Amino acid sequence: MARSHKPIVWGLFAAGGTLSAFVLPVLILLTCFAVPLGLAPADLLAYERVLGLLGHPAAKLAVFGVLFLVIWHAAHRMRITAHDVGIRADTLVAALCYGIAAIATVAMLIVLPGL
Amino acid sequence: MSDRTVELEILRYDPEKDEMPRFETYTVPYRDDWVVLDAINYVKAELDRTLSYRWSCHMAVCGSCGMVVNGEPVLACHAFLRDYPARIRIEPLANFPVERDLVVVIDDFIDKLGSVKPYVVAKEEKSVDEGEYIQTPGELARFKQYTACINCLLCYSACPQYALNESFVGPAALALAHRYNMDSRDVGRSAREDVVASNPGIWECSFVGACSEVCPKSVDPAAAIQQTKIASTADYFLNFLTPWKKT
Repeated sequence: MARSHKPIVWGLFAAGGTLSAFVLPVLILLTCFAVPLGLAPADLLAYERVLGLLGHPAAKLAVFGVLFLVIWHAAHRMRITAHDVGIRADTLVAALCYGIAAIATVAMLIVLPGL
Repeated sequence: MSDRTVELEILRYDPEKDEMPRFETYTVPYRDDWVVLDAINYVKAELDRTLSYRWSCHMAVCGSCGMVVNGEPVLACHAFLRDYPARIRIEPLANFPVERDLVVVIDDFIDKLGSVKPYVVAKEEKSVDEGEYIQTPGELARFKQYTACINCLLCYSACPQYALNESFVGPAALALAHRYNMDSRDVGRSAREDVVASNPGIWECSFVGACSEVCPKSVDPAAAIQQTKIASTADYFLNFLTPWKKT
């Protein structure tokens, strides 16, 4: 039997899942608790401050890496979830999910360098 | 014998005679330490000699008496009557054709099991005089849990993917492939990958995990399949980056 090409999407899914498990709790802690409760400076996540941070190439690269993996993780997750809830049009669902992830990837490549 | 009784609704079907499967109800007196298999044996011995089912060891070792009891795949010898309501529905394992009554045709699984080479493929065969293939306790620990599989097929009965697509290699065969892949004495992994890393192999699994929930030996086939996915993904990209090294 021919070996599957699923490792491409599953590899991104697994890497994105592992990464979000580490990154999302920190984001939730910062945005939902630390700043609103006054445990961190109020302007920590201020627009200008974050925009300034994104001016640095290393920050752009880090944000791109995290969002890229998380988006492709979400795309594959939605494809499998659609299958698990009984939607059997896998080719269409896969095209939609990965298509949205691809558009988001291109959008990031256009927007991030200009910040 | 106690005066307590249980009603068994057992699926009866002879594909050569019956147009449709039907349920037949038997009233069985039982003792507190009886399992479902004891009640079925009572039916066979005292009430209806035509009932067909498989069993052998009565101690959750042989893996023959898998059946669906009140909707859940269990070993009939491992399911105490006292844990069930007074009326119990007993059906053959799901996702397999019925041979007769509670006996299913397992040829599909047997073919798949053979296809993953579930045995040690040694680098070089040694004669008995040359001694054992040495293995440390640490090397044994890497795969020991997967050796506990008794091929009872409860996992295939529970698997929604196998129910949808019978070409799926399935939980037990993939867990056993993983068991030999993880064995330090084995070099058969790349030969197994042809089946394991194909679309109907590990990639048909969507990690529902029902296989591991029903497994009576705590093999955890779902974990074996996920670990195989990681190893096969690494293989895939390594093959892509080193095309001159064909595996």
